[in-house]
Amino acid sequence: MLRYSLKRLLSLLISLAVASVVIFLVIEVAPGDPAAIMLGINAQPDTLASLRAELGLDVPKWERYLNWVGGMVQGDFGTSYTYRTPVADMIAARMQVSLPLALYALTLSTLIAFPAGIYAAARRGRGGDMAVMGATQLGVAVPNFWFAMMLVLLFAINLRWFGAGGFPGWDKGLWAGLHALTLPAIALALPQAAILARVMRSALIDILGEDFMRTARAKGLTRRQALWRHGVRNALIPVLTIIGLQFSFLLAGSIIIEQVFYLPGLGRLVFQAISARDLIVVESVVMLLVFAVITVNFLVDIAYALVDPRLRSRT
Amino acid sequence: MTLLSVENLSLAIHKTPILHGVSLTVDAGEIVAVTGESGSGKSMTALSVIGLLPDRMEAKGAIRLDGQDMLALPERNLCALRGNAVGMVFQEPMTALNPVRTIGDQVAETILVHKAMPPEQARARAREVLDRVGLPEERFPLTRYPHELSGGQRQRVVIAMAIALRPKLLIADEPTTALDVTTQAQILELLKGLVAEFGMGLLMITHDLAVVADLADRIVVMRHGEVVETGATRQVLAHMRHPYTRALFAASAHRVILPPAPPPEPLLRVENVVRDYRLPRTKLFAPPGHFRAVKGVSFTLNRGERLGLVGESGCGKSTLTRAILGLEPIQGGTITLDGDPVLSGNTPRREVRRKMQVVFQDPFGSFNPRHRVDRLITEPFHLLDTPPTGSERTRAIDKALTDVGLSPADAGKFIHEFSGGQRQRIAIARALITRPQLILFDEAVSALDVSVRAQILDLLADLCKAYVLTYLFISHDLSVVRTITDRVLVMKSGEIVEQGETEAVFSSPQHPYTQSLIDAAPVLPDREALLAELPA
Repeated sequence: MLRYSLKRLLSLLISLAVASVVIFLVIEVAPGDPAAIMLGINAQPDTLASLRAELGLDVPKWERYLNWVGGMVQGDFGTSYTYRTPVADMIAARMQVSLPLALYALTLSTLIAFPAGIYAAARRGRGGDMAVMGATQLGVAVPNFWFAMMLVLLFAINLRWFGAGGFPGWDKGLWAGLHALTLPAIALALPQAAILARVMRSALIDILGEDFMRTARAKGLTRRQALWRHGVRNALIPVLTIIGLQFSFLLAGSIIIEQVFYLPGLGRLVFQAISARDLIVVESVVMLLVFAVITVNFLVDIAYALVDPRLRSRT
Repeated sequence: MTLLSVENLSLAIHKTPILHGVSLTVDAGEIVAVTGESGSGKSMTALSVIGLLPDRMEAKGAIRLDGQDMLALPERNLCALRGNAVGMVFQEPMTALNPVRTIGDQVAETILVHKAMPPEQARARAREVLDRVGLPEERFPLTRYPHELSGGQRQRVVIAMAIALRPKLLIADEPTTALDVTTQAQILELLKGLVAEFGMGLLMITHDLAVVADLADRIVVMRHGEVVETGATRQVLAHMRHPYTRALFAASAHRVILPPAPPPEPLLRVENVVRDYRLPRTKLFAPPGHFRAVKGVSFTLNRGERLGLVGESGCGKSTLTRAILGLEPIQGGTITLDGDPVLSGNTPRREVRRKMQVVFQDPFGSFNPRHRVDRLITEPFHLLDTPPTGSERTRAIDKALTDVGLSPADAGKFIHEFSGGQRQRIAIARALITRPQLILFDEAVSALDVSVRAQILDLLADLCKAYVLTYLFISHDLSVVRTITDRVLVMKSGEIVEQGETEAVFSSPQHPYTQSLIDAAPVLPDREALLAELPA
């Protein structure tokens, strides 16, 4: 298990190094001059020169790369060209919204998907299964911003249980923060839950056909006992894969939902930075997201090994 | 005392009858074997006794265990009986255990689910049962996972689970079919010992008459969902009142007559062939280890000769077969066909490769289900420089199909329209169509019922007469290899430990491994002797 974890960790570090090189090359090197891109075509030559100096573009490329990576390792992501504040502070502020929102949505989606998927698999082909499958079909098909608008309409405008948007900040208390994130988290969670429930159902149906399920029944386990004791854990492998992918998506892909609910999240930051051609912010946020995705994959790999002893012994 | 009595059991699914009026009994301490070919309903009989029939299966009649009719019991009571009063062992040990739970957990679960003992005691009992089935604590602690065990060891775990609560009745559905002969002999011995020790009744399902003859007190012969003959094993085998029993016995003991092989002239030469598999690195910078699957094997196959290759799983016979076909790179030695090397570098040479064909074990998996038979059997044409076209191609297809006992009209059909035996004929037609110099049969008859197997063996003998066939027949089934080959190679742990004329090797094996293989293989009893002993 330790050997397996170390191997996965090594592969994580290599992936990060490769990703940083690729991002650096794409954004800073090819094609053209970052300073010219940031300032647009009407830039004055002297502003361009001073920006080049500020960005450190006058040193060799490899030195720029090392400065960039070295800075990030120490928590220095540079200074935003448009906002004139340290990028690290901006990201930290946005993460306070995006990370809890992603975790909240993921928790909700798992809480909905697991029972729904297990229930549907246990009643395969019967009414309950059809109902769950129909609902998940809707959940996959309907875009999450539509859910978001309907939720606002119902819970914020008609029932007035929640605010229609905005985020008060965590200094107003945990409850106020969670309260503000509830509607966006539900809107994000519903489509994810639909996908996850379908994956859970089909994984479990595959497992139900396995020989060891019949062995379990021959021991005297009821259908339900066999399903819970021998089925669910075996079905977790594909489910974990999807959960990992979904978390990565939720972290940065919630831009539309952030827009609908006026949340100061990472997605909006990226959007604004790209619109303003603030390459320093874009570069840092992209690197951060890559870091998050790779870390989540690492955690998923570790979770695989916890679930499946065959992976543990394969070193 | 009658422990189990199945009375007039009929099964149907969606009005399609599966079993008609099946009756049989098992006494305490008795071994009853249900035998028959696929589709005879023997497995369905077993599953109905433990109440694990597929959904929507309708059962009529009665299944009495200790006088209690199980068909009339609700599911809750059946759960209480399963694992407790009735245990079951299945065919496929590799997949019968949950891969993510330890063997100790899985054995103890039988005890815990019936609340027969508190957890501590249940684990102690699990340990005791595992010891009893031949998995001692030093090598097989309760914390082992199934993937760390071999097939035979896993089957022992399944048996331990089934007997943990000392059930009165044990059902074993083809428990040794997936195992090697020596492992099979050990498992059968274990089952026999358990029956004697605990006074259990054993209902054993098997297609193998030789196993039945060795093991069972009584025998039930089934065909198409009906019992055709039943009685004490020796009586039934001595007299065989029903023609189907006779046919089954004859097919199991089927011998073919091969035409004499032409004078020796080497065709395939395998010299000092070595195949290493790289093992995963154990240390980051240490060189990776190797597993040598084939350790410098040499043999010669003469033109027109029928050569057998036998050995247990993992002995390297499949690796060697793939290497001959050029599907596997080799790390040493040479393989030449007709003087030409099969490989150039690590890729097979087309001009040599087209002189050989192969027939695999699985008649269901080795065809593309979306292609018609004509396309399937002409696949080897892609090895030719100028494949026949038009009427020449049609003639080749017709000839190949007629050769294997099918009709030219079958060319337009899809593979699902054929039975297992017919599919294997199609596989042989595919191998024959380019008139190769060498055919490899890789467990080509192992998945077939005995009567179909006998027909395919006859077909091979006929083809040997019609064409000068040279083949390498790879199999774990000694009785088949004995009849269909002139010479045999015995392989163990990547080496050929014995070779010689087939009859000579079988009647007086020299190497201790060959002896143990032959001793372990169950044999059909001599009918003449039985008849003399038990006259009508």
